[in-house]
Amino acid sequence: MSAMQNLVNWIDDRFPMTKVWNEHLAQYYAPKNFNFWYFFGSLALLVLVNQILTGVWLAMMYKPSAADAFASIEYIMRDVEWGWLIRYMHSTGASAFFIVIYLHMFRGILYGSHKNPREMVWLFGAVIYVVMMATAFMGYLLPWGQMSFWGAQVIVNLFQAIPLVGEELSVWIRGDYVISDATLNRFFALHFLLPFILAALVFLHIVALHKVGSNNPDGVEIKKNKDENGIPKDGIPFHPYYTVKDIAGVVVFLMFFAGIIFFWPEANGYFLEKPNFEPANPLKTPDHIAPVWYFTPFYAILRAVPSFAGTQVWGVIAMGVSIVVFFLLPWLDKSNARSHRYKGPLFKYALAIFVVTFAILGYLGVVSATADRTLVAQMLTLIYFGFFFLMPAYTRETSDKTTMTKLYFIAMAIATLATLYYWWFFDGGADGSLLVKLIVTVIAASHFLIFGIKPWLKPEQSKPVPERVTG
Amino acid sequence: MKKLIIALIMMAPGMLHAAGGGNIHLESASINLDNDAAKQRGAKYFVNYCLNCHSLKYERWQRMQEFGLSIDDIKEHLMPANAKPGDLMTIAMKTDDAKAWFGNPAPDLTLETRLRGEDWVYTYLKSFYLDDSRPFGVNNTVFDKVGMPHVLWELQGLRKPIYRFDVTKSGHVEQSFESEAEAETWVREHGGDAELKIHRVVDHLETAVPGKLDDAEYDKVIRDIVTFLAYMAEPVKLERQRLGIWVLLFLAVLFVSAYLLKKEYWKDIH
Repeated sequence: MSAMQNLVNWIDDRFPMTKVWNEHLAQYYAPKNFNFWYFFGSLALLVLVNQILTGVWLAMMYKPSAADAFASIEYIMRDVEWGWLIRYMHSTGASAFFIVIYLHMFRGILYGSHKNPREMVWLFGAVIYVVMMATAFMGYLLPWGQMSFWGAQVIVNLFQAIPLVGEELSVWIRGDYVISDATLNRFFALHFLLPFILAALVFLHIVALHKVGSNNPDGVEIKKNKDENGIPKDGIPFHPYYTVKDIAGVVVFLMFFAGIIFFWPEANGYFLEKPNFEPANPLKTPDHIAPVWYFTPFYAILRAVPSFAGTQVWGVIAMGVSIVVFFLLPWLDKSNARSHRYKGPLFKYALAIFVVTFAILGYLGVVSATADRTLVAQMLTLIYFGFFFLMPAYTRETSDKTTMTKLYFIAMAIATLATLYYWWFFDGGADGSLLVKLIVTVIAASHFLIFGIKPWLKPEQSKPVPERVTG
Repeated sequence: MKKLIIALIMMAPGMLHAAGGGNIHLESASINLDNDAAKQRGAKYFVNYCLNCHSLKYERWQRMQEFGLSIDDIKEHLMPANAKPGDLMTIAMKTDDAKAWFGNPAPDLTLETRLRGEDWVYTYLKSFYLDDSRPFGVNNTVFDKVGMPHVLWELQGLRKPIYRFDVTKSGHVEQSFESEAEAETWVREHGGDAELKIHRVVDHLETAVPGKLDDAEYDKVIRDIVTFLAYMAEPVKLERQRLGIWVLLFLAVLFVSAYLLKKEYWKDIH
């Protein structure tokens, strides 16, 4: 036996090195038909590692205090060797993380990766997404620019809208009555901690995935078709097949990533917002405060919901639900088939509309609100929630309805009617031009008819799913 | 359902159009960031005219070596006597004094060009005009009621505004006139509609006192200042773009080998 083999044996007697390697890479059988959308899982891991490494190096030079933070960033950009590169990798990495994760989530919904038996994979993923948002939000305060300060101000103030405890809670979060040195310091501590929690959650996400096995674009369960050695006929070992494939994907991703870092680091004010080139000034409110692009769909939902009964808490609740609702997805999707390829057409339309809705809400969250834009945002908020809460209606294939399905349907019916009433009659009708009001009314009403009422009357049917993966 | 998608798509351009807010016309600075001579001249003008009030406090004197100045040049012509080349480019003026004299301390300009853009700074420096209502006797078409005197007036001369009177109705300009009287007559002829409002706006500027330089020479001076400030806003910009080409070329080569490797491994998967 070679010395190398001796060493491996010595370790294997004490630690399951070879066993883990085989279980998770060399003998983990993944479906052979992964397509373009399956690159984003490994890319998300890459970006997380990028954020942790560049973040640790930034922390070596960064000073988390209101007096020094802004200047320390400029010090990193100018005086620290390669500091500008590390900082741009981190700032571009933040946006890249969200782009990659949004595409990764879209893939999951497209092919039904949230469905039985992968609910736990999906749930860990949803927790990762929420922790990621918290990490990004806290990190955004650290440069201590104008938008850092005022963005944090707006978001922390949301907690004030919570009845009874809101005021206390927001002071507890800030550690002060305003965003201040104390806030910056604690946000830095948490921004440094959370990525390691993210890494732990990613580990759990992958453990859960490897317990049940990977889904694929056909939604076929490859473990049901094994050869005489117990290896899935449609499976190939993750290593080397998907490691070499992912390396090619990583290189393509890095070309886009490097293109932005070296030639377009501000990304037109979307990755680095212009007002952040000015130090935070608590006495000077910027003309227009917008969160970074990856939060704007939710910010648009927050602004779309009007205050009612003397409190703005409804918008905060709607925004919270719009994020938490992702956790429910495995139980909202009632279809027999996993992949959109074999589901009824309504699901495909709903998903396409959801993507467009998410994008337009993102745009509306960037620009300042006008009466007409608010009407559109309200309609899109309805459609956003309709995607989730009408899902039991438009994916159900039997005529049996569970109590929850009925409740979701009734809730959406009430929300739709309430919105129409609010637009036209409440307090003399909502502001905005008549034309826009008519358009949003027609779209909101027909959306409910098509995705709520129609499948309620006649459920859609999935097509038969093939035994083996196609192509 | 296609109708819905089409309707949403058709609404998008309208929303994009509505997003364009500022209506100030900015002239193109058209600087060449690579021009070392322009940066050197810009540094000279900046130190002579701007640095008494405006600092570049996140940058150091020695940075100017990057565009062809020697440490001795910098020490002799640009730096204050008591400073060291590694010092930050700060000013001696106290914040409280600046507040008393100008209303607000003059902002640090290290990042100003990145914040507002090259064209804004260029147009701003061209757009001072005489206005008796202002403490320093000048106002600015780009930055109304700015608290800054026209520091470069010796070079540019002084310019007087030629006003125009716009009659507006709910934000839209209905008609423009050269004199206020004409505008008032027109409003009266239109029934004195309460929604019609007359606004005095600066139509254009005319030379009142000629300066040392003609227009083309002055434009060149401020273009040099903008070039210098743009460089100081992000000194690494040229370097990162130069490096970026090599990084992308390397990744392109790496992709070819990564792709061939994948193809080799996958050739027996069907």
